Amino acid sequence: MIHKMILGAVVALAAAAIVPVSAQQATVVYPTVSSPRVLEDFGGVEGIRALMEDFERELIASPATRPFFANRDNTALKARLVEQVCQILGGGCSYTGRTMAESHAGMGVTEAQFYALVEALQAAMDRRRIPFTSQNRLLAVLAPMHRDIIAR
Amino acid sequence: MRNLLAGIAAGLLLSLAGPAAAQGSGSVRLPAADSFIPATTSGRLLLTGGVSMFEGASGGGLVPWATIGGYGTRDEIGATAFGTFIPLRDYRATSYGALVGFYNRVELSYARAEFNTQRVGGDLGLGNNFTFGQDVFGVKVRLFGDLVLDQDTLLPQVAIGAQYRENNRGEVVRAVGARRDSDWDFYVSATKLFLDQSLLVNGTLRATRANEFGFLGFGGSRNDDYQIMPEVSVAYLVNRNLAVGAEYRRRPLNLDVSTSRDAFDIFAAYALSKNVSVTLAYVDLGEIVAAAAPRSQRGAYISLNIGF
Repeated sequence: MIHKMILGAVVALAAAAIVPVSAQQATVVYPTVSSPRVLEDFGGVEGIRALMEDFERELIASPATRPFFANRDNTALKARLVEQVCQILGGGCSYTGRTMAESHAGMGVTEAQFYALVEALQAAMDRRRIPFTSQNRLLAVLAPMHRDIIAR
Repeated sequence: MRNLLAGIAAGLLLSLAGPAAAQGSGSVRLPAADSFIPATTSGRLLLTGGVSMFEGASGGGLVPWATIGGYGTRDEIGATAFGTFIPLRDYRATSYGALVGFYNRVELSYARAEFNTQRVGGDLGLGNNFTFGQDVFGVKVRLFGDLVLDQDTLLPQVAIGAQYRENNRGEVVRAVGARRDSDWDFYVSATKLFLDQSLLVNGTLRATRANEFGFLGFGGSRNDDYQIMPEVSVAYLVNRNLAVGAEYRRRPLNLDVSTSRDAFDIFAAYALSKNVSVTLAYVDLGEIVAAAAPRSQRGAYISLNIGF
C-alpha cells in the first residue's frame, strides 16, 4: 500500500516535472477543416508548399504588405505557414511556430494591411486554381487571427 | 430639425469632397495619432460593404444591412455614389445618392428617390408621369461585430440606423389618407457572413409608418402607429466578384388604398473592382394603389455603384 502510494507520488512528481517542459514546446493547434476535399483542392502538402511560394511573391508585390516581407529571408516563415495551413486542412502537420500574438507583437499591423495579406493569399490561391469555396474554408479559420495580428 | 438636416448634409458634402479630392493626388492623409499608420483607402475586401439600397444606405437593394458602406477599414473613410433604375409594370422608380462610411463605424447617406406614376397618374387625374419624390437622409452606426473577421463566433455584425424622409407631394399624399409627408424610420440590422459556407445572411427590423416605402407619405386612417417590419436578405458568394441572393421586405398597411405588404427581389451583384459594381435584380413590390393599377408591380432593378 505504502509502496503504491510512493510510486504514485513519484509518478505524479515525474509527470509534473515533464508537463512544464512539454508545455513550453506545446504547439498552437488551430481548428481543423473537416472535409478532406479541401486539402485535395489545395493539392495536399506539396500544393500548400507551392502555394506559399506564390503567396510570398504576392506579398512582396503588394505595396501594403511589401514592407513586411521584401528584402528578407522568408524561408522559415514559409515553413511555419506550410505547417499552419497543413494543420488547419488536416494534412497531419503540427505548427511549431510562435503564437500569432507573439510573432506580430510591436509590428503595428493595420486592418488594411491585414486585408492586403488576405488579398495576396487569395491571389495566390487563384493562381493555384484552388476553388473559391475551399479558399473560404481556409480563410474562415485564419480570419479570427485578426485579434492577435491587427495592432488596435 | 432643419438645422440638424443642414448639418448632416454639409457633413456629407465635406466628407465626400475631402477624400475624393485627395484620391486624385494618389493618397489620402487621415487624421491619425500614430504617424506610422499608412494613409490608405479601400482596405476591406470586395463586396463586403454591400451595395447601396434604393434608400441610400448600404445593404442589398431593398434592405439595409449592418454594413458600413464603402471599403474603409477602422482607419479609413469610404464613400460611394449610386444610381438605380426600377422599371415596373405600371410605374417607374428611380433613385440616386451617395454615402460616406467613417472608420467602418458610422455611415451617413442621402438618396433622392422618385416614383413615376406614368399613365396611372393620368387615370387618377394627377397627370401622366406624375412623380412622387422623397429625400432620404440616413445615418447608421455599427454597434459591434465584424461580419468578415469574426468567423469563430456566431455573433453577427449589428448596427442601428435611422432614415429621415421628406416627401415632396404633401397635398397629394394627404388626399390619399396619409397623416404626414415627412417622418423617421428606425431600424436594427444584424448581418453575418458564414465564410466557410460562402453565405451571407441579414435580418433587419424596421420601425416605420411609411406608406409604400414613403412614396405615399406616412401613417394613415387604418393605422398611424409605428409598426415593426421584418426585412431579410440572403446572399451566396459565387466568387470574389459575384454575389447572388434574395430579399424580402414587409411594409405596413396604413392607407385604405394599400393592399400589399410584401416585396421580394432576386439579385446578382457584380463588382468589377472596388470602385465599380453593378447590381441586377428581378423585383416584385406587390400591388401599389391596386384600385388604379390592379396587379403586382414586378420588374427589373438595375443599379450602379461607384466609390472606394
